[in-house]
Amino acid sequence: MLDLSYEPPKPKVIAGAKHDWELVIGMEVHAQVASQAKLFSGASTRFGAEPNSNVSFVDAAMPGMLPVINEFCIEQAVRTGLGLKAQINLVSAFDRKNYFYPDLPQGYQISQLYHPLVGEGEILVDMEPGIARLVRIERIHVEQDAGKSIHDMDPAMSFVDLNRTGVALMEIVSRPDIRGPEEAAAYVTKLRQILRYLCTCDGNMQNGNLRADVNVSVCRPGQYEKYQETQDFSHLGTRCEIKNMNSMRFIQAAIDYEARRQIALLEGGGSVVQETRLYDPDKGETRSMRSKEEAHDYRYFPCPDLLPLEIEQGWVDDIAASLPELPDEKKARFVTEFGLSEYDANVLTAETVNAAYFESVVREAGDGKLAANWVINELFGRLKKEDHGIDESPVTPAQLAGIIRLIKSDAISGKIAKDLFEIVYTEGGDPEVIVEERGMKQVTDTGAIETAVDEIIAANPAQVEKAKQNPKLAGWFVGQVMKATGGKANPKAVNQIVSAKLGL
Amino acid sequence: MMTELPKLKIAEARDALRKGELTSAELTEACLNAIEGAGALNAFVHKTPQIAQEQAAAADDRLKAGGAPDLCGIPLGIKDLFCTKGVASQAASRILEGFRPEYESTVTRQLFDAGAVMLGKLNMDEFAMGSSNETSTYGNAVNPWKVDDRQLTPGGSSGGSAAAVAADLCLGATGTDTGGSIRQPAAFTGITGIKPTYGRCSRWGIVAFASSLDQAGPMAKDVRDAAILLRAMCGHDPMDSTSADLAVPDFEAMLTGDIKGKTIGIPREYRMDGMPDEIDALWTRGREMLQDAGAKIVDISLPHTKYALPAYYVIAPAEASSNLARYDGVRYGHRAKLSQGDGIVEMYEKTRAEGFGEEVKRRVMVGTYVLSAGFYDAYYNRARKVRTLIKKDFEDAFDAGIDAILTPATPSAAFGLGEMTEADPVAMYLNDVFTVTVNLAGLPGISVPAGLDKQGLPLGLQLIGRPWDEGDLLNTAYALERSAGFVAKPSKWW
Amino acid sequence: MSIDIETAARVAKLARIRVDEDDLPQLAHAFNDILGFIEQLNEVDVEGVEPMVSVTPMRLKRRADGVTDGNMADRILSNAPDAREGFFAVPKVVE
Repeated sequence: MLDLSYEPPKPKVIAGAKHDWELVIGMEVHAQVASQAKLFSGASTRFGAEPNSNVSFVDAAMPGMLPVINEFCIEQAVRTGLGLKAQINLVSAFDRKNYFYPDLPQGYQISQLYHPLVGEGEILVDMEPGIARLVRIERIHVEQDAGKSIHDMDPAMSFVDLNRTGVALMEIVSRPDIRGPEEAAAYVTKLRQILRYLCTCDGNMQNGNLRADVNVSVCRPGQYEKYQETQDFSHLGTRCEIKNMNSMRFIQAAIDYEARRQIALLEGGGSVVQETRLYDPDKGETRSMRSKEEAHDYRYFPCPDLLPLEIEQGWVDDIAASLPELPDEKKARFVTEFGLSEYDANVLTAETVNAAYFESVVREAGDGKLAANWVINELFGRLKKEDHGIDESPVTPAQLAGIIRLIKSDAISGKIAKDLFEIVYTEGGDPEVIVEERGMKQVTDTGAIETAVDEIIAANPAQVEKAKQNPKLAGWFVGQVMKATGGKANPKAVNQIVSAKLGL
Repeated sequence: MMTELPKLKIAEARDALRKGELTSAELTEACLNAIEGAGALNAFVHKTPQIAQEQAAAADDRLKAGGAPDLCGIPLGIKDLFCTKGVASQAASRILEGFRPEYESTVTRQLFDAGAVMLGKLNMDEFAMGSSNETSTYGNAVNPWKVDDRQLTPGGSSGGSAAAVAADLCLGATGTDTGGSIRQPAAFTGITGIKPTYGRCSRWGIVAFASSLDQAGPMAKDVRDAAILLRAMCGHDPMDSTSADLAVPDFEAMLTGDIKGKTIGIPREYRMDGMPDEIDALWTRGREMLQDAGAKIVDISLPHTKYALPAYYVIAPAEASSNLARYDGVRYGHRAKLSQGDGIVEMYEKTRAEGFGEEVKRRVMVGTYVLSAGFYDAYYNRARKVRTLIKKDFEDAFDAGIDAILTPATPSAAFGLGEMTEADPVAMYLNDVFTVTVNLAGLPGISVPAGLDKQGLPLGLQLIGRPWDEGDLLNTAYALERSAGFVAKPSKWW
Repeated sequence: MSIDIETAARVAKLARIRVDEDDLPQLAHAFNDILGFIEQLNEVDVEGVEPMVSVTPMRLKRRADGVTDGNMADRILSNAPDAREGFFAVPKVVE
């Protein structure tokens, strides 16, 4: 695989009232494992079910209920780890994180504090062509999700739905390697892309299947480099954790607000208190989450209902062997194999369905650059107009390849091709047949073009004179010829003949 | 005749039922009558006569058809810690007031699948935390043994089970044992109780106290009955991650009484300072009985014995503090009445203050403390390391060729209800001093009645076996039982 | 190590058990009795000893990824002190 070379982006600098400040950001992303059943019970993970219907006695923490682990959830987390080039720990263990909350029926969350399943890995976060940040992953652990408390159905009561309780999550913890709000969003975007490639998380942020906790601190320029040299956190500022964000836009806005809040505090002679905060999108502010602060002693200890999780290297190897081509590899291949720009390769590899579509087109049409151009500009543009995804495209890769083949063989002009695309998009049909039936083929017969040119020259002597004075006016003749031939004349040939006949 | 039926042992009743000399309906009716007459013992706290009669009728049909399992038609009592579908299951706690599980624990399901009859739920210490059955929300269970005006404890936590079996209210009962809760009450009431190897019985559907220590087991009138019950109770359960996927042998068939060539270890560390002479004498007698039966007796050392109880009182409360967090008034059980302006935190605090008794609160808070930030290594992790050492002590003994270990079951005979309540909690904890090591090491242990003290109260001896070797352990216990010839019964005063 | 009244109150709070102020001294006293007893563990040399992970070691059981449970909201809610419209109802939670 060819590595695209890149340089790190410049850290975001915020000018305070007194000095410049830099941001240091670490993320904990909670990704819901794509699985049928929950992590420790046989209840469904399906979204949008009736309240408390995807709940087993285990999920409701009825007395005497015990967890039994869903092996596929472990496989998915291992797959994710491998996709992030991370170390897979053959022995991991589950711990209980104890706290009281109505949507946490057990009174503890089963998680992995001391011995996570996945160790150190990395993610290359693309910012723009040639610019990317390598963000280190500290660990991935597997844990239970909590249920949902609904606070707005009754003035005095909160309502609890346990459908989500016990669904498997992967908590993907990064090192504090992210240096700005845009990078943070790009990190989540890239992570989401990888998870979707791996089919280990659907990445649906709206449904809360991918949520981010963001740790933000600020420091003076130069401090971060000291941290990098020593890995000593004391060079960095005190951080605050903004909990549970499920939109890229909120992530950026929250980080920006939080950094400015901290800078104002520090420049005003105050200090940042390490705490958990919540972002309020309506106000565009973060605020302290007092409820979480009260009981900050989680009393972690190994879950006595479970034994350590031991997995076999052979099993891990099998999963590794089944990994799909991942975004970075695919992008590099698109650049080298098809000669695409990094930008185009990025667009086409954003989603596997796009990449697959593109590759089917190339397979039949042969011309990577032209195919990329048509997929990105025409097809995506058209789909976007109707808010359709590529899976809803009325134009199949074979049809698009047919159009591209017609362009390449000079059978149709680029302009006609766009008309043809629209016909195929709205009416369907084989492009070659349509071109044939509707007489859309380009006229390359120079004799026919010459006749048309002669006729127009003869009919417009005044224009001929003008054009001889000002050769730019030759375009008018080209236009007239195209009009006369119904746009089917090969524009290159028309240009040449017009110039020759006018003696330009 | 009717009053005699509940005195039957399981093996006797089984044989009579199979021969058609007796019906389960008759036997069940006799037990229900005995229970009605034994209110003073406060053993049965939820009676289920209707279920019992239905199950008995079904058992009689099954018996008639032939090939019925051993327990078909046998009336049993079920400790309140077991969740029984549609029947109050409260762990003797106010916090589970009104709770009727929608599910059946694996152990009771297995028993009922084998045709056993449920007479009702049995008293116990709240959440199995106690050694005298004095922490129950139902009030004290009372020992059927009585030598003077005092009412005696049947022990705990399976006090109701012990009292019910000893008083012939049922033919056998389920118990659970986290630090001695089967073996100590068995010893206090002159019956037999075995805690199997950790992982033998499924914990699914049994209200958890300390998950790494809890095991269910039978409480029975003799070793044979314990063997019959145990076989039906244990077995692999895919719903319990700590349940062992091992075949269950026919324990009863292993009771030959032949222990020739077996090596029995006598651990010197169990000779505690201030141990009553009677206990010491009983222990010596047990040693002689096993020797007479052909076993080789060896003095052994289990050097970390002394630290078992302190380790237990870190590990058990720590796990309990987490296991009992689910009792929060949200999904089942008691919820406190709230005052104007009370929020969720007040609901938790009031519900748990009202719902839990003093001992449970104390242990939950101790457990919370030992797990809290800064103390985890000093207490919990250290206790787990000590646990490793305690287990290793036993492994070393077994590796040296010891087949079973003989110890006293309890440091005293049953004491009077209320006598220990004023003492500090630690004095009560000392009741478990001989039994708790077995839970920490995950081993099988059995308590066998072996004699009476000078007041006329029963005393028990404990045998500890190799992991998964309950069959061999039961056989050794059977040999001890035959030599001891303990036949005394409490005289009926209730 | 001695537990003072403040610590006892903090632990009670953490365990979500209301303890009346008047009862705190007694609670602290009981804690001290128990913890004093536990302190014996400090006598043991645990250098190099692994903490026990499982008393009967075996391979962790796994379940297959299939939906085998659920669809019984009525039975999940049947014991609830306060259930409304298919939800468990609790006093308002302020985040």
